[in-house]
Amino acid sequence: MVKVNKAARQLKVLARDPVLVALIVVIFSAVAIFVVYPLVKVLIASLQVRGVWTLETFGQLGERRLYRSAIVNSLSVSTLVGLLGVVIGYIAAFVLTRLDVPGRRVLHYLTMLPIISPPFVSAVSILFLFGLNGVVTKQILGLQDFSIYGFHGVVASQVFTFAPIAYLALRGVLASINPVLEDAALNVGATGWQTFWKVTFPLSLPGIASAFLIVFIESLSDFGNPLVLAGAAFPMLAPQAYLEITGSFNLSRGAMLAVVLLIPSLTAFAIQRYYLGKRQYVTVTGKPSASASRIVSPPVKWALYSIVVLFAAIVTLFYGVIVIGAFTRVWGFDYTPTLAHFAYVFDVGFNAVTDTLIIALITTPLSGLLGMIVAFLIVRQKFPGHGALEFGSILSYAVPGTVVGIGYILAFNSPPFVMTGTLAILVLCFLFRYVPVGIQSGVAVLRQIDPSIEEAARNLGAGTLTTFRKVTLPLIAPAFFTGLVYAFVRAMTAISAAIFLVSANWNLMTVQILNQVGSGRLGVAAAYSLVVIGIVLVAIVIIQAGVTRMTRHSASVKV
Amino acid sequence: MTEPVRIQGLCKAFDNLDDPAKPVLAVNQVNLDINEGELVTLLGPSGCGKTTLLRMVAGFEEPTEGDIFFGDRRMNNVPPNRRDATMVFQSYAIFPHLSIFENVAFGLRLKSQSRKKIEKHVTEVLAMTGLSGMANRSPTQLSGGQQQRVALARAIVMEPRVLLFDEPLSNLDAKLRDQMRIEIRELQQRLGITSLYVTHDQVEAMSISDRIVVMRGGVVEQVGTPREIYSQPANRFVAEFIGRANFITAKVGEANTVDLAGARIALDAPIAASPGDSVTLLVRPEVVTLSPTEGIINGTVRRVMFLGNLTEYLIEVPGTDPWLVELSGPEAPTFTAGDTVRLSLPPSSIHVLAE
Ligand SMILES: Nc1ncnc2c1ncn2[C@@H]1O[C@H](COP(=O)(O)OP(=O)(O)OP(=O)(O)O)[C@@H](O)[C@H]1O
Ligand SMILES: [Mg+2]
Repeated sequence: MVKVNKAARQLKVLARDPVLVALIVVIFSAVAIFVVYPLVKVLIASLQVRGVWTLETFGQLGERRLYRSAIVNSLSVSTLVGLLGVVIGYIAAFVLTRLDVPGRRVLHYLTMLPIISPPFVSAVSILFLFGLNGVVTKQILGLQDFSIYGFHGVVASQVFTFAPIAYLALRGVLASINPVLEDAALNVGATGWQTFWKVTFPLSLPGIASAFLIVFIESLSDFGNPLVLAGAAFPMLAPQAYLEITGSFNLSRGAMLAVVLLIPSLTAFAIQRYYLGKRQYVTVTGKPSASASRIVSPPVKWALYSIVVLFAAIVTLFYGVIVIGAFTRVWGFDYTPTLAHFAYVFDVGFNAVTDTLIIALITTPLSGLLGMIVAFLIVRQKFPGHGALEFGSILSYAVPGTVVGIGYILAFNSPPFVMTGTLAILVLCFLFRYVPVGIQSGVAVLRQIDPSIEEAARNLGAGTLTTFRKVTLPLIAPAFFTGLVYAFVRAMTAISAAIFLVSANWNLMTVQILNQVGSGRLGVAAAYSLVVIGIVLVAIVIIQAGVTRMTRHSASVKV
Repeated sequence: MTEPVRIQGLCKAFDNLDDPAKPVLAVNQVNLDINEGELVTLLGPSGCGKTTLLRMVAGFEEPTEGDIFFGDRRMNNVPPNRRDATMVFQSYAIFPHLSIFENVAFGLRLKSQSRKKIEKHVTEVLAMTGLSGMANRSPTQLSGGQQQRVALARAIVMEPRVLLFDEPLSNLDAKLRDQMRIEIRELQQRLGITSLYVTHDQVEAMSISDRIVVMRGGVVEQVGTPREIYSQPANRFVAEFIGRANFITAKVGEANTVDLAGARIALDAPIAASPGDSVTLLVRPEVVTLSPTEGIINGTVRRVMFLGNLTEYLIEVPGTDPWLVELSGPEAPTFTAGDTVRLSLPPSSIHVLAE
């Protein structure tokens, strides 16, 4: 009763602002169609065989060993990758935020590099180094029967791909722990070791758990690394679902595997968001916590430092190998320098480059704006269905790309929505898949901004949209930047959902990279990878410049 | 341009998160008329609903009941950006990404006036508020007082129908507060804009207002000029909230007299109680005079506190609570603790409080 009254009141107030109403309705329907509907389609497909409701496909899980081992393999890989990723990420975050060590800036950028490249570039590097014709395995060690394919290959590659994500998350967590707390513990006689385990670690524990779950989700949903490195003897869920659909054209089995993939991802997401999200101890004091940690002795400090340096060195090695590989005629046999791979990319394969760029250029501003608008609606507006919109719009963050891809071909291949093979389907897929990061950072920044600044704009005569454009957006510029960069990077590097949606008309560089790897042409794959990384770096610089211009005066303003 | 404001039966209930069955009545049945060009202050302790009332006038809160009129126009359904009631925010709410000039020009630009006109108008108002020469600075390069002036300039440049202030001076230090108070009052009188001003500082309210609205717990306790509120408070709460007060219990006698502490005083105003009843008298500390010999009530000095411009005495009077007395001026006699004194008070300065 009270609820109904409240909704009625909110509607009454909203009705005075038709633009806002229209905006909310459009976003609601879009989320329903492009986030929820495909998932429902996947669920339905997994429960139907030739139009008849049945649990038969799920019965396959018990009958076929292939499926069972895919589940076990996927879960064990993502658990291990989650653990290793968090350990490396925590050490790197601790060393680079709390210790006074040389080269912090360079190490920071090196550690982050994997984030802006396609998620399976490290898989290509690993093939260069440890593959059949790998430099290390064949040329240096002369191993004959070593195979990189399988559990160890996937884990190694994913750790390098996803540890940086844990690093970024934990960096924020560690930087927000006031060093005075550590000093206080030391002051009452605790040793450095005790201080770490009794103060620093417990304070960062929710952050650690949250980072683990994020890496777990990323690893579980990863498609490229398993496809390249798992091999036939080591089935995993995401590539298996893909093979069911593109190889055996068995939609209901593909959908069933997608549902199986979805369950642990959503569970991890729910824990991360609704349980841990409320347990982060952020001690915001307004004072910069610049002071270096005194809880580690010099030997420990340098030991930790060398781990970070080693990680950065391996990252450098991986990318170095890609650079060299891109200019090498035939890796493993003929190391003469060549521009042939680039010539291929810029000639035969150039369509994929332009297609990818067009898609990224359309998706990025849309995604950035949508993210900020939704954040604005969530934080500043009251309307019925508020919570549902928030949930729906960030839900896709937790849905593995493979599931989304299958959902999109199921949902948009037949009336009322026929879009397969078009540019639109790729743009919409990327838009709704990658907008949650923008939304979440927009929400975080907006919550810290005094609402009376926006009220002042309203008070002076600005309508909702004008207020958003002239006041809110400039104020949340940092989040806008994050949203834009994330959308662009992801649009350039995405593969798991996109691989279901590309067509002869619209192709992507990442798909090309996988195809080239598949046909053994690692040089071309490396050349494509370099082009992607180059474009992303240039784009970040351009976006940064654009966002800075938008907020000339606020560069030095804290709000 | 500017218009009178009429508030009728205004209520605001907020959802109570602790007990959904009992909403918080932040504003309760408020009636108020503000005349054209008048400055009315909402005064009351923290949490009494001043800000909520002001925000309903601005359109940021939806009244649960009641009406708001600007002139003859009912404003309830007018969104905040169409109300033409500009506000000076407590936190200033200056746009941090815009220069001072652009902050002040913000509202004018939305009205799509010509560049020239905007420039002229903004420059004028910046001069009026003492901000000349700062037009191109960023808000972070201003002191608190200057930021306050920007907030003021941004509101008055719109030539609004109504000006709203939410504790505009509460973030300033005492000296600056006194100065800005005078500036705001002078500007408001010069421009003649109907104004509603929120504060919890009684001195500020007394010095700036044409009339004061004293609120408590969402309810209006009294509306009146500063003088009326001070000398004829409607009840004990108002009397206590504004200035210092002695509350003396007395018995009503025949023919408009009261008996207190052994003295009988004939009052000027008629008493609303019948003889024999007990009433509470309000006696302000500065209306009482002390003398070693002359007076109508006997007392003993208990405590003396010299405060520079005045001396404060606590006088013990048999049969009543101790009296607070303030003496000032060069002719005031001085006493020390333990002296016996006689108190006198002009009947016209005694106010009988309504029960
Ligand atoms: N959004 C809200 N939700 C629930 N209760 C509210 C809300 N806003 C205000 N209140 C309650 O309404 C009452 C009046 O609040 P209001 O802000 O109007 O007080 P105020 O007189 O301005 O106080 P102060 O002098 O401290 O600013 C308070 O009890 C407050 O807790
Ligand atoms: Mg207030």
